[in-house]
Amino acid sequence: MKLIACIKQVPDTTEVKVDPKTHTLIRDGVPSILNPYDQFAIEECVRIRDQIGDCSVSVLTMGPPQARSALMRCLALGADEAILISDKAFAGSDTWATAYTLSLAIKKIGFFDIVFCGQQAIDGDTAQVGPELAQQLGIPQVTYVEKIEIDNKNKLTINKQTEDGYQILEAKLPLLLTLLPPTSFQPEHPPMSSILKAKRKPFNIWDVETLGGDKSRFGLDGSFTQVIKTYTPPKRGECELIEDNPKEAAKKLSKILCKNEALTKR
Amino acid sequence: MKILGIEIILDKCTGCGLCVKVCPFAAVKILNKKAEIEANCTLCGSCLEVCKFDAIVIERPKLSDKNLSEYKNVWIFVEIRENELKKVSLELASKAREIADTLGEKVGAVILGEKAKHLCDEIAAYGVDIAYIVENKNLSEYNTSNYTGILTGLILKYKPNIVLFPATHLGRDLAPRVAASLEVGLTADCTGLSIKDGLLLQTRPAFGGNIMADIISPNVRPQMATTRPNVMKIQKPDHSRKAEIISIPIELDPKALKIIIKEVVKTTKAGVKSLDEADIIISGGRGMGSAENFKILEDLAKTINGVVGASRAAVDAGWRPRTNQVGQSGKTVSPKIYIACGISGKIQHQVGMKSSDTIIAINTDREAPIFDIADCGIIGDLNEIIPALNEELKKNLCKN
Repeated sequence: MKLIACIKQVPDTTEVKVDPKTHTLIRDGVPSILNPYDQFAIEECVRIRDQIGDCSVSVLTMGPPQARSALMRCLALGADEAILISDKAFAGSDTWATAYTLSLAIKKIGFFDIVFCGQQAIDGDTAQVGPELAQQLGIPQVTYVEKIEIDNKNKLTINKQTEDGYQILEAKLPLLLTLLPPTSFQPEHPPMSSILKAKRKPFNIWDVETLGGDKSRFGLDGSFTQVIKTYTPPKRGECELIEDNPKEAAKKLSKILCKNEALTKR
Repeated sequence: MKILGIEIILDKCTGCGLCVKVCPFAAVKILNKKAEIEANCTLCGSCLEVCKFDAIVIERPKLSDKNLSEYKNVWIFVEIRENELKKVSLELASKAREIADTLGEKVGAVILGEKAKHLCDEIAAYGVDIAYIVENKNLSEYNTSNYTGILTGLILKYKPNIVLFPATHLGRDLAPRVAASLEVGLTADCTGLSIKDGLLLQTRPAFGGNIMADIISPNVRPQMATTRPNVMKIQKPDHSRKAEIISIPIELDPKALKIIIKEVVKTTKAGVKSLDEADIIISGGRGMGSAENFKILEDLAKTINGVVGASRAAVDAGWRPRTNQVGQSGKTVSPKIYIACGISGKIQHQVGMKSSDTIIAINTDREAPIFDIADCGIIGDLNEIIPALNEELKKNLCKN
């Protein structure tokens, strides 16, 4: 069997700051990390592979040359092979163009049983590439996956998160999953021995020529959406601090709340 | 009969009939052991996906500057739950009305479900002109493939200019699938929508809410977006409004589904609103100290018709279920009032609640980052303040 995981290297958004003058992101000094959702997807992918046996994991990403380090981490976490899809032509891809590029790479690999993605990436938070990729591959998808069990080689039992709980689904292969880590998820840090082993695993770089496909559909040109402006969100007003004994503080707060239309309009 | 845009390659077709099973519009028949496409085919592509022999080729008409103007009207996908409209559907209808008025176009609403007709009058009151109703007993629970096929088919047939989906679990599963099928752009999780130079201007937060982006999809139709719940204002309903109803006949074979729902488990109590839909959220964090102590938040929630949420720390401690979690690895909410109790408010929490209208923080630590984004902060012990606040509110709300 063949499992494929699609991952993304992202700036650690918890470290991102905005330049107050230019209103652009200050990326200098912001660490690049493996998207935490994707790390969970890789760990699950490797777990399922080990359970099945006779099965391999290919991990792919579309990104600049530096994205190599995110792939190396995936190899250290247990993936068998890495593919970096990298070319200037892919720059500026929106979610559709990204999914198109990934779909070409997966078709080039040729066969697979399950495609693993993180539910979303912490930089864009769109959660769109997974479903768009599934559609382009012509396979079913399950999003918001919390738990996977493989029953036999052709069937999965999946817990899918819903807004008020979860569903238990039964799914046939092939399919694409987008995974949601549990709140208690702590990304595994691979030991030095695994990091060294990762360096000996197959690592491929594919460019536009390798992928083939319709060149007009890559990157900025192939993107249907265009970002025309970015700016910092309007600042919130100053915080009104109340420091008083609990009774008085409660009185003051109650007054403020009672003026709010969420309470008056009931 | 030959249908424009779809062809069966007879050499490859084995007459297996999978395409017949999966076609929601009942537009495929098997004749002389070969598939035959009927005139009501919408080119939705459901058959393409199941055909094991690559025997179906679909070529949809290409868009050009000339035919962009054929696309008219603003559509919303209406999400329902337990046969009722979800609040976000009213928000979408209100927003769509505003956009349609700017463009001089109509508002269309697509409603899928086991029963949908009873919802037409209510959604019409919020500005919908035409309701496209798809009723089928196999649509009572959402499934990606049927919904995608039906939506794609309807969009190809009626050519709307704009389609809005809710950025809910359902909408975020369905919209990208439909967008990829139609080969159009999709902007996720919009917090602002307006018309600029005749185009849909889509505003969304990115990089954990650190930055806002304005996005357009100028060269394709429809222009599609998912919209974050609780952000768009609901307009006053006009119950004298009526919508034109167009019923779409559908045939679905549940056996064609590759993903089957075995069990639906609800971890929130019946009748309790979900966090995404709540006007008022009272969240507790590490400072709550115990699961039992959340009772004071539950009591307050009862008084002001709020819903209780939690920070990751409280969920990790096992005090609250996962569905309660607000923040980066939980839900993104934007209620009218967000009350953070004993939550320090690290960036990961802020990402999930920063767009709330009014933020109130109660914390003993005056240095807590939550106070940086709060509109009103109380420095003190929540164990004393919350019950006192509840009593005050009970008194004051009775007066009104």
